[in-house]
Amino acid sequence: MASIQMKNIVKKYGDGFPAVNDISLDIADGEFMILVGPSGCGKSTLLRMIVGLEDITSGDMVIGGDRVNDKAPRDRNLSMVFQNYALYPHMSVYENIAFPLRLAKTPDDKVDRLVKEAADVLELHEHLERKPANLSGGQRQRVAMGRAIVRQAEAFLFDEPLSNLDAKLRGQMRTEIARLQRRLGITTVYVTHDQTEAMTLGDRVCVLRKGSIQQVASPRELYEQPVNLFVAGFIGSPPMNFLPATVQGSTLTTPFGTIELDERRAAAVAGHDLLLVGIRPEYFEDASLVDDAKKHLGSTFTARVDVTEWLGDQQYAYIPYDAPDTIRDRLRELSKELDSEELRTQAIVSIDASSRIREGRDAEFWLDSRKVHVFDPESGVNLTRDEQAGAELTRMADEDRQEQVAEAAGGLTGERTGGSGSTAA
Amino acid sequence: MSTKEKSWWIVAGVAIALYALSPIAWIVSLSFKAPSDLANGSFLPTVFSTENYGLILNGEASDLFLPALRNSFGICLIATFISCVLSMFAAYAIARLDFPGKKFILGTALAVAIFPVISIVTPLFNLWRQIGLYDTWPGLIIPYLSLTLPLSIWTMSAFFREIPWEMEQAAQVDGATTWQAFRKVIVPLAAPGVFTTAIIAFFIAWNDFVYGISLTSTGASRPVPAALGLFSGASQFEDPTGAIAAAAVIVTIPVVVLVLVFQRRIVAGLTNGAVKG
Repeated sequence: MASIQMKNIVKKYGDGFPAVNDISLDIADGEFMILVGPSGCGKSTLLRMIVGLEDITSGDMVIGGDRVNDKAPRDRNLSMVFQNYALYPHMSVYENIAFPLRLAKTPDDKVDRLVKEAADVLELHEHLERKPANLSGGQRQRVAMGRAIVRQAEAFLFDEPLSNLDAKLRGQMRTEIARLQRRLGITTVYVTHDQTEAMTLGDRVCVLRKGSIQQVASPRELYEQPVNLFVAGFIGSPPMNFLPATVQGSTLTTPFGTIELDERRAAAVAGHDLLLVGIRPEYFEDASLVDDAKKHLGSTFTARVDVTEWLGDQQYAYIPYDAPDTIRDRLRELSKELDSEELRTQAIVSIDASSRIREGRDAEFWLDSRKVHVFDPESGVNLTRDEQAGAELTRMADEDRQEQVAEAAGGLTGERTGGSGSTAA
Repeated sequence: MSTKEKSWWIVAGVAIALYALSPIAWIVSLSFKAPSDLANGSFLPTVFSTENYGLILNGEASDLFLPALRNSFGICLIATFISCVLSMFAAYAIARLDFPGKKFILGTALAVAIFPVISIVTPLFNLWRQIGLYDTWPGLIIPYLSLTLPLSIWTMSAFFREIPWEMEQAAQVDGATTWQAFRKVIVPLAAPGVFTTAIIAFFIAWNDFVYGISLTSTGASRPVPAALGLFSGASQFEDPTGAIAAAAVIVTIPVVVLVLVFQRRIVAGLTNGAVKG
């Protein structure tokens, strides 16, 4: 187990295009770090530089205190799960898992014990003699993970390991990976473009865009205190709504009525004329269903609903709005960057599943103004980000993690003694 | 496919098979005819005789045929082995690495493959005599490599390109050196390609006549195709047709055996299940 430090890592390809541009990132020992971003943001390249499959143009890659820039992949002692699993088709599952041990010239009895242990953890026992070609996608995935956990690697690296599985299996494997990482307490770097994976798995999430880090923080901080328009739009599903707004004192005027800001936020946005207000879908509610006690914390407005989607546990309503051309272009550009193709300027609002709001009718909505963020449309910077609150969220996540790592360490030693006891018997 | 279409396919298939196999059947039947029976005007021999086989295996033609058979096997197997090993490394480099002159190497290989053999035989004959390679095994192995290598490199690099690169990267991450990754992962995966290439290379060497007849003079290195041309009848008024037919049948057997043996190993789709199917 080891920490991973990256200092000013740059990757330039032959044509001078920087796929990864000046990235500095510290990953603590035992931490689960997610690299996330839309396609082409350099997340996979960064992972491959950690493992050594990609040369580093400049900067320092330090794993467990050693600079590894010039070390071959095999000397870095990391294990990796590839997107397409990369199992060896001519070997049985047993030999696939045993492969790293065989290369390390481990004695046969120890190989057998370690492979059986890994197979126990991943429930692969009845498949050990089969060839990868005869396994299902999920089983292949587990074999790839078995090959990764069978030796004492410094860190696990995952390159979009679940993107080839169907949705249901993906959910199961996600929890499986989380459980495994907590149990083994090994430093893990996980690349994904799926934000559900990013939010649920990571202790911290690193959001990348065009080869640069946008924000590194706990999932909660990313969600509640995004640093800019890009992070705000990328994290969250359905995505955050961005409404054009003008400011007068502490009052924002939006297509959905006025929003009152508190003093801190009003001071932060002063001096700008055109702004973007970011409001998460769940900050909206059907006005008729809001408690009177809560109502004064936000504002109400009337709008025409275009489409509603009832999902059982919740309901989404789509409300189109008009925006000035500059804002429209900015939003279109943003949605393109986020790999989505948003053609209309419309807000997606989440309302209670019991709401009787109908399509094509005017309805009254309530908007919780306490958590809205205000962005500068030019630079995309979040003007109202509360750094202290954000840092507090990440600190809390960090405490949780350390507690879990300590527990895992305790649990693992207990298990190990138990294991050796049974071998002796 | 409708029944009518199917029966047409069968009819056409049988016709083509008959057309292709009839010369072989003819040679087989000739080889079993006694000399007096050769011109009997019918396809089958009147009396089955193994006289021709006796002639080339034990009789007077055996001095010519048996050493030639030994030479052919030895020279072709060595040439095939060397060409497989060399082309495996060359093809791996061509498929995996980006180095200057890659296109040039492939182009040269192709140029060598299509270069007419007959035009270099005379200079080679003179050169070999000067440096003492004339009528030796290496004297044939080297020209055979020039025939088999280009084709081997081309077929093998096509096979290597099919192997996902992740396999090798996974092996490297698992702790393998480049050589270990090559030997334990790439070569087993490329095995069908290697066997296919080996068979093709062996056939090319086995079938060669021009080098065999020009660069040899005695049983020390003369291969079978050249020896066949030197068979003579019992007297100068008699054609050695029966003996040649018998020898041709014997020479065909290893080729057939080779294909049948390696057919099992040439299993396409071995990489199934390596990556997501």
